[in-house]
Order: sequence, then structure tokens, then C-alpha cells
Amino acid sequence: MSSPQISPELERNLQALVVREARLLDEQRLDEWEALFAEDGRYWLPASLGAKDPLREAAHLYDDRMLRRVHIERLRSAHAHSQQPQGRCHHLLQTPEVLEASPTEDRFRLRTSFIYTELRAGRTISLPGVAHHHLSRSADGFLIVLKRVDLLHAAEPLPAVEFYI
Amino acid sequence: MNTVSIPGDLVRADQVHRDLYLSPEVFALERRRLFRRAWLFVGHDSQIANPGEFMTCELAGEPVLMLRREDASIAVLHNRCAHKGAPLVSAPSGQIARVLRCPYHGWTYSTDGRLSGMPLREGYEGTSFTQSAAARGLTSWGEVVVHRGFVFARAESDGKEFRHSMGELIEALDLIADRSPVGRLRLAGGVLRTEFRANWKIYMENINDSVHPVTTHASATLSARAVWGTPPEGTVTPLAMRQLLPFGSGYTFFEKMGGRVLPGGHSILGTHQSLHTSYSALGDYGEALRRAHGEARAAEVLAFSPQNVVFYPTMALKGAPQVMRVLRPLAHDRTVVEAWAFQPEGAPDALLESALLYNRQVFSPLSLVAHDDLHLFERIQRSLAAGPNPWVSLHREARGADGAAPRDVGGVDEVLLRNQYAAWAALMSERVTDAAGQAA
Repeated sequence: MSSPQISPELERNLQALVVREARLLDEQRLDEWEALFAEDGRYWLPASLGAKDPLREAAHLYDDRMLRRVHIERLRSAHAHSQQPQGRCHHLLQTPEVLEASPTEDRFRLRTSFIYTELRAGRTISLPGVAHHHLSRSADGFLIVLKRVDLLHAAEPLPAVEFYI
Repeated sequence: MNTVSIPGDLVRADQVHRDLYLSPEVFALERRRLFRRAWLFVGHDSQIANPGEFMTCELAGEPVLMLRREDASIAVLHNRCAHKGAPLVSAPSGQIARVLRCPYHGWTYSTDGRLSGMPLREGYEGTSFTQSAAARGLTSWGEVVVHRGFVFARAESDGKEFRHSMGELIEALDLIADRSPVGRLRLAGGVLRTEFRANWKIYMENINDSVHPVTTHASATLSARAVWGTPPEGTVTPLAMRQLLPFGSGYTFFEKMGGRVLPGGHSILGTHQSLHTSYSALGDYGEALRRAHGEARAAEVLAFSPQNVVFYPTMALKGAPQVMRVLRPLAHDRTVVEAWAFQPEGAPDALLESALLYNRQVFSPLSLVAHDDLHLFERIQRSLAAGPNPWVSLHREARGADGAAPRDVGGVDEVLLRNQYAAWAALMSERVTDAAGQAA
């Protein structure tokens, strides 16, 4: 992929997907959120800086569709003690920047700086980081092939975090 | 703490006092006694493979560095310059350049801790410096023993040697290390660390608590079952599901899993079966093990698949997947737990991938399984203070006095916890040296 020379309209459409993705998480519309991923799309939260291999390096999450569905199902479970009372999350995003576009304009990578805040049982945690969205164009619009979240605190001890960042 | 004394009144045969978890004074005394008298896991020698490599951590509240010396042996030194007390290294891990050099005034030490140089040396001539403690250089935190790459240290000796204190844990370590055809494990892939606001003993108990999964982990197991559903016959169950679904096992399973209590608070849970029993996908790996260790030993190694081997007070291992948890107690109500993965050398990478997947699913601070545990630990730390009953019950199957360890027990017998607290009381008790003011 090369550095992008794409139309302002395409840029806006790509950015809109990243913004919508964060909003669906914050509004806990998790089925709609999950549907933004491609069939083989992955969510990756490395536990080190500069991680290269999600399978052979420690990661906080590396979820395929099946595991995302289990996570979502769990958050709704009446047995999820840690969701009593129910928590909430908030993504504060900077403008997503299109870093790469394939020549055929069907693969893209966007970089978005963010602060993730989670409120649970009266306790607030705040985690800054950078999200990398690898998107592909499909018949139904853009889909997430990989969302990689690099936390500033990736390699630090973290408190329990309930939601997808 | 006004009405009870430490530790005598806090541990009874079948219940323990809540001050064990809630009291900063008890934690301070644990640092002066328990964590200095037990063999503490420090790190694995594969973290410092080459001379001059180090890692830092705290033991009993003291900053130490674990260092590979020039002669390849391993030192656990106070991370404190003998001059003015500055830390010699501040990074979690790294490599020193030939000597340890204090960043403050430039005193240097060889890898055996000897003071090898300082600026303005002539200024010490004619002083009593050579008779001072500073002249002795870096002091060792305590005795150090390395077994199969696992580095343990103890600040205060009770006169008994390592093998005596560890007992059957030595055989357990050998069985786990022999999962490598060349008999060597390597820590690989990095660590997952979670900080939680609860006492370390709540976590340590939980490692031996086979009754909680049915209720605590219902959210994870029911969700996994709901998503997995009933796939058509012949569908291969992915490893992620094979790791998750067994958490939904019932009380009968856990009762039959069996345990073995060992002296010193140590234990093995899952001597007959465990949630990990069905993992081993063998093929070429099984063949390699048989070639390396012989038929009988290979079978023994692969059959050893306990739920947890507890190295009291701060470490626990699983044989399959090869993962390790280390507790780093920070305060009476604050603990970091580390989850590490092992690559058995000479074994397929799939074993490391399986260990890392397990840690993501079960021990990550964002994992499916750990959330409910951590939430409950942090809530217990607060709710335990409530009410007129200060006691935590450990009565299950406590009919009469517990027999002497080592012995085989049922998988849900709370002797697995009573055994930890018997060791706690012994390690916390006053010793002759305490009265003399040397140790306490």
C-alpha cells in the first residue's frame, strides 16, 4: 500500500466508520458493532509496545468473531457479577488519519488517537492510546479486517477492563 | 487489631480472622516475617540468559535485581548502591555493560556484587571506610536456589535446605520441565499483568478453590456454550472453546479432581483430573518426548496435568497449558498478578500459542473469565469488614484435626486452604531471633 491520494469523500467515509464504531461501543449496541467486522476480522489488544505477532506474544485480547460473540453474550449475562451495576464506557477520538490506501482503493489503514474511559461500580479508569483500523471495501461498504489498539499502558499492570476499547 | 494479637489469634483450625486480609499491620508483619522466611519465586533463568542480563522486582517490599553473573550463576542482589542507597538499575530488565555502575556517583560493582571502583578513591584513604558495610559492596537478598530454571530466594533460613522445604514440588517441577524433550522451559511471549485492589491471600486461596467456578464463572461458561451451541457432528472444537467450556463443569467433577496437600502451604490441585486433562494434542510432539525421556517417563509427564501446583506463598504453575502465575503483593489491599507462558524447548510452537491463548482468555485484565473473579475479590476486600462476624469459614470437610501433609485429599476439601493458613501461621510466628530484634 502507498501513502494515500484519495478523494475527500472517500476519506470522510472511512473516517465515518471509525467514529461510528466507537459510538456503537459507547451506546452498547454490540451486535451492530460486531457486524462492522469482516467474517475473518480480528480485534487485537497487544500487551507490549511494538508487538508483531498476536499469537506468539502476550496480548490482552486477540478475538475472532466467535470470541467477540462470547464476550458480548457475557456482558449481557445475568450472571456477569462484574456488570452489577452495569458499567459504561466512553471513547474520545481525535480525527482519524488515513495512513495507507491500496492502489485499487479497497484496503485502507487509519490511525486514531483516543482516550478510553470506563465507569464501573463508582470507579473510573482512563486509558489513552492509538487505534489502527485496517478496513476493506465490500459490497456492503467498509468492513474491519483488523482493529489493533495500542495502549499507552499496554505493558503496565492494568485493572480489569470490561468492554472493548 | 486492638483485640487480637498477630498472628496467634488470627488463624484457627477451621477459620481465619478477617484482619488477615484487611489489616495494614498484618501486611507489614508479613513483609518482615512470612515473605522473608518462605522460598519466594523470583524469576526464570531464561529471562536472563546471558551474563550481565538482569531483571528487577520486589521481594518482601525490597527492590532487588536478579542478575546473570560472568560465571553464568544467578545472583539476587539488593538493588541499592552501598554508597547513598540509589537504585543501580531502574528498568524492569536489561543488560549491564561489564560492571554495574550507580547512576548517582558512579560507584561500580562486578557481577558478583563486589565494589570494584569509585571516583576520587584517594579520598577514602586513612578513613575507616574499609571496615564499613559500604565497602562490602552489594549484598545478596538471601539464599538463592535455581531448579530447572526456576529461581527461588529466601532471606532468612530456618536451617532446612531448599529440597526439604519444597518436598514433592521438586518432582512436580521436574515433570513440568520434562514437557520439553530437552528438559528446558523458556519463558516466552511476555507477560500479562493485572492490578487488583484486594489482599494477595484472597487470590492465593482462589487458586485452590474448586467450588467457585460453578457460580463465579457462570457468565463465561454459559456464554461460551450459547455461542458454540450444538454444532453438526464431526465439527472440530476450536482450542479457544476447548479451554473455555470445561469451566462449566459441575461440583462432581471438581470433587473428583483430587488434591494433595504438602507441608509449607504448598499443594497440587487436580491430581486425578483437571479442566486441562483433555488438552494434549500430541502427534510428533508425543513421539519426540518418548524418544527423549523413554516410554514410561513420557507417559508420566503427559499424564501430569493438574489444575494448579501451588508454590506457597506467591506462585502457581499449570502443566498443560504451560503457564505460571506470580503474585506481587503491594499492600494489604493491592496486588499485581502476572501471567506468564512457557515454551518447552524442542517442542512445537503450538504449545506456546496454546499457553498464550489460555492467558488471554483466563488471566488477561480484559479476559472472559478473570472479570468475575477480580470483581468479587475487590468487593470482598470491602464487604468483609461488615458485620459482627470477623471469621472466614474454612469448615468444609474439617471433621476433626487435619492429618499431616503430604496426603491426598478430595478436590473440594477446604483443607487445601486450611493447609495454606497453617503455613501462614507458622511463617508468621515469633522466632527466637525476633525477640532479639534481629529479624522482626
